[in-house]
Formats: sequence, structure tokens, C-alpha cells
Amino acid sequence: MVEGLYARIAKWTFVYPLLLVSSVVMLFPLAWTFSTSLKTAATVTLREVKLIPDPVQWSNYITIFEESPLILYTQNTMYMVVTSVIGGVVICALAGYAFARIAFPAREVLFYVLLSTMMLPHVVQIIPLFVIFDRMGLVGTFWPLIIPRLLGHNAFYIFLMRQFFRGIPLELSDAARMDGCTELGIWARIIIPNSKPVLAAVGIFSIQFAWNDFLSPLIYLGPKKELWTLALGLNAQKGFEGEITSLHKMMVISVYMIIPMLLVFAFGQKYMIEGVTFSGMKG
Amino acid sequence: MSGMAAVGAGGAERPRLSLRWREAINFYLFLAPWILGFLAFTAIPIVASLFLGFTKYNAISPPDFVGLKNFRFLYNDQVFWKSLRVTLTYTVVFVPLQLVSSLLLAMLLNLRVPSMRTIRTIYYLPSILPTVVTGLVWIWLFNADFGLINFFLYKAFEIRGPNWLGSERWVMSAVIISGLWALGGGVIIFLAALQNVPGEFYEAAELDGANILHRFWHVTVPMISPVILYNLMIAMILSLQVFTRIYVLTQGGPNYASYFYNLYVYDNAFSYLKLGLASAQAWILFVLILLLTVLALRTSGRWVHYSGGV
Repeated sequence: MVEGLYARIAKWTFVYPLLLVSSVVMLFPLAWTFSTSLKTAATVTLREVKLIPDPVQWSNYITIFEESPLILYTQNTMYMVVTSVIGGVVICALAGYAFARIAFPAREVLFYVLLSTMMLPHVVQIIPLFVIFDRMGLVGTFWPLIIPRLLGHNAFYIFLMRQFFRGIPLELSDAARMDGCTELGIWARIIIPNSKPVLAAVGIFSIQFAWNDFLSPLIYLGPKKELWTLALGLNAQKGFEGEITSLHKMMVISVYMIIPMLLVFAFGQKYMIEGVTFSGMKG
Repeated sequence: MSGMAAVGAGGAERPRLSLRWREAINFYLFLAPWILGFLAFTAIPIVASLFLGFTKYNAISPPDFVGLKNFRFLYNDQVFWKSLRVTLTYTVVFVPLQLVSSLLLAMLLNLRVPSMRTIRTIYYLPSILPTVVTGLVWIWLFNADFGLINFFLYKAFEIRGPNWLGSERWVMSAVIISGLWALGGGVIIFLAALQNVPGEFYEAAELDGANILHRFWHVTVPMISPVILYNLMIAMILSLQVFTRIYVLTQGGPNYASYFYNLYVYDNAFSYLKLGLASAQAWILFVLILLLTVLALRTSGRWVHYSGGV
């Protein structure tokens, strides 16, 4: 695009500085969280904005493991993460393949059913599900959280997979079929190796979702402290009035919960952004 | 899908099923886990919740059919109307605000300037954080006495900031601000849409003497209108269902000023075990979302253009 002189002046004197300043504003809450996590009970309540606290109490990150069962919470969260990834990457890929490549009369109808489930408000399903799991005596165990995930119960992931698989050339799978490959063989040997971007995107979304999920663990694990996930444990740190004196500890756990997500983001940024934009373009 | 394909190398040893049968079996085998999950975790629960909506049920004694009593109760329930009002107020303010600011931001992030990759990452970052973390961080920032926001207000303008989360008047603003922080997802989608608008369109408009505002209204907006619709619907559906951030930030207080719809559903269902009443509430929300979605889609014909590469 040709830029006019005025447009160029406006861009460099006004728009760009604005963008820079507001990105600092966006980042500041995070920086402040980190800064607070290094404070002491006494310096947390000082009315001053010092991004580098005095003193810098790195030991907060060690004592928190003695004061709070973070390791246990992390372990519990990992059950959610692992099952989520398996369900997302394997089971949703199978379903996505069926919707993309196996001709069957009811396919389009089922696909619209799948799409319409994305619109359903979560609360409509939660209450009867709770009743069902309660009847089975499974409330207060991991099962109500794990089973839906293992069954690939996520319409969005299946949708992403299907859209991507449709782009893989038919000739590849036809050639494999000629060589005597079964559908499962084609899926495993042709489709999966050619779908790294979408598998990565779904894998990352699954990790993120399981790590961040709050409502389901709250409902099913609420009274069982020994089964809590990190999100529940962190929320419980909050006293009724957000006790000021222990704020730095809350921020330590927050940072502890943020860092894995930052790492996932750093490694998978490209795929995540492709996945997010893909949903907007084709949806 | 030629007939040849069915006759694989090992075909002779296998039972000779017709291609159609084989594809049907394959289709359902691949889909079996999803179908199982769909039945168990979507279809049956939805039917069950519709049924529960007409019953009195506490998970201990069997459900007791009460007809429209739950709906009549809600009709006369002040807290129900309050929670609906809170949620709709939030939606009406937040959704347009989020939509406009994401689009403007996406346009700025589409400029060619140094270190744009880093800047984009910074704007996207808050949207990937765990909601519980976001909630706690904002509790700290909004703290009346020691929070960063009131500190800045005082230093910069000598304003004594309000007790954001503890005041009926300010709590909604606080909820909206904390929500806007995480607008990254929508921005990314807008950005991709903007990058798909062919440059020639702008050049042609410029030759016709269109200034920057004209180009925005007559080129950018029509070209990305399907994505505007998509972002609008997602934002609407999500903001009617806000739960976790509020649960962490305010628990609905003070005096129900931030008592969102789903908080009331949650309380009825899991704090008071009024599962029938909560199911009725859930269905009201479901119908509301459905109506709004249909409305958005119906009226979209007038302003959404499905031409071009988007």
C-alpha cells in the first residue's frame, strides 16, 4: 500500500509511540505479578511502585513448596493435561478423519450436530452430568474429569482436524489403499505424519485448557483437597478479603502457574496462532 | 473413491463386504469414541436437564415433577432478574467495547514498524493465562489501599480511587477492564483477516480519492465482515456465560452487583443442591443464547459480505 506523507508522519509520531506505550500497559500487570512475588510480607504493602523490590526475596519460591502442597497439585493437574492431550490428539484425529475422508450418507448430518454442540452453553450439560457421576459414586474422583477428555469430547478440536485433513491430497491415501492399506493404516501412515501443524495446535490447546480449567475441578473435586488441581489450590490461597500480607505468596503460585503456559506459548506460538485464526477464517 | 480401492491386496482373505458396508463400518469405528462421548456427555445430559427443569430435585430423593413451578419461581425471584440484568449489562457494554478495540488494535498491529512481532506477542499474552491467575492479579491491582491502579490515580491526578471490587458502583467497571485485558484471541483473528484483504483494493480506493476513513468503511469493514460476525458471536456467547473470572474476583458481590447469571446457576445447583431449579435456569440461558445467535445471523445478511478471499 502506498502511504501518504501525512499518514507516514502520523504513523511514526503518534501511532507507533501509542502502540509501544500501551504494550507496556498490557505487560505491566504481569511484570507487577512477578515483582510482587519477590517481596516480603512487609514490603508488599509499601505504597511505592518499584518493579525491583528491595530486598529481592527469591526464597519465596522455595518456602512456598513447604507451605503449600504445590507438587501434589501439579501432579493432579498433570492427570488432566495428559488425558486431555491423548483425547485431543488421538481420538479427535480419528473422528476428524471420519468426517473428512470416509464417505457415509449420515456424515453431513452428524457434522452439523457436531458443529451445533459448540454453541451449547456448558451449564445445560453440567447439572445432569454431575447427577450421573454422583449416582455412579464418582464425584470426588478424577473420573468425571478424565473420561470426557479421553473420549475426545471436544467439537472444536474435531472441527480443526477435519478442516486440515481435507487439505491433504487424496492421491496419497488412494495410493496407499492400492497397496492394501486399511483405513486405520492410511490414518496412521499418511494422514498423521502430514498433519503436524494441526496436531500441534490441538495438543497445545488441550494442554492449555486442562491446565487452566477451573469449573469442572471445582464441581467434582471441591471437597477433596488431596485431589485439587493447581487452579483450585491457587484460588484457595485467596482469603476472604484477599489477605494483603500473603499476597506475595499468591503471586508466587500465580507465576508458578504462568511459566509452563509461557513455555508452551514460546514453543508453539506459530501453531497456536494458526489454529486460532483458522477457526475464525473457516468458521 | 473408486471401486478399485476396495479390492486391496489382502482383499481375497477378508470377508467380502461391499464397499458401502466397509465404509459404514469404518466410519463408525473411527467415530465410536466421539459418538459415545456425544451421547453420554451431550445428548443425554441435555434431555435430562430439560426434564430436570420441570422437577424438584436435590440429588438425594428422586426427582419430583412440579410442572412450571421452577419457571414461575424464577419469574418472581428478584435475584434471578438481578443476575440476568448484571449479565446483560455486562454483555451490552463489554461486547461492542471488546469488538471495536480488538479491531482497532489489529489494525495497528498490522502496520509495518520495527519489533512488531514482539509487540503482537505482548498483546496476545494475557489471553493465554489461566483465568484464576488473571482474577487474582486483578484483585491485587484493584485493591483499594495498596493496589497499583489507585496508586497511579493518586500520583498522576491526585484522585482517591474507589474501592473497585468492594463498591456496587465500580465493580462492573472493574470486571469489564479485567476482561478487556484478555482480548488477544479476537485480535489475532482480526489481524489474519486484515492480512487477507488484497492490497489492490486499497490502491484502487486511493486512486478514487478515498481518504483513510472511507477506505476503512468501504474496503476494510466489508472485506472482513464475516470475521466481524464470527468474533461478535463468540464474544456474545462467552460473555453471557462468564463464570470463573467473576467467581475469583468478587464471588458476585458486593450486594449482588456482580452476581452473574452463571454464578446464580452454580449456587443453586452446587451450593444449595436445587438441581431442578438450576436446570430450569440453564435452559433459559440456552434459549436466550440461541435467540441472540439466530438474531445475529438473520440480521447479518445486511452487512456481511461473503465475497473475496475471506
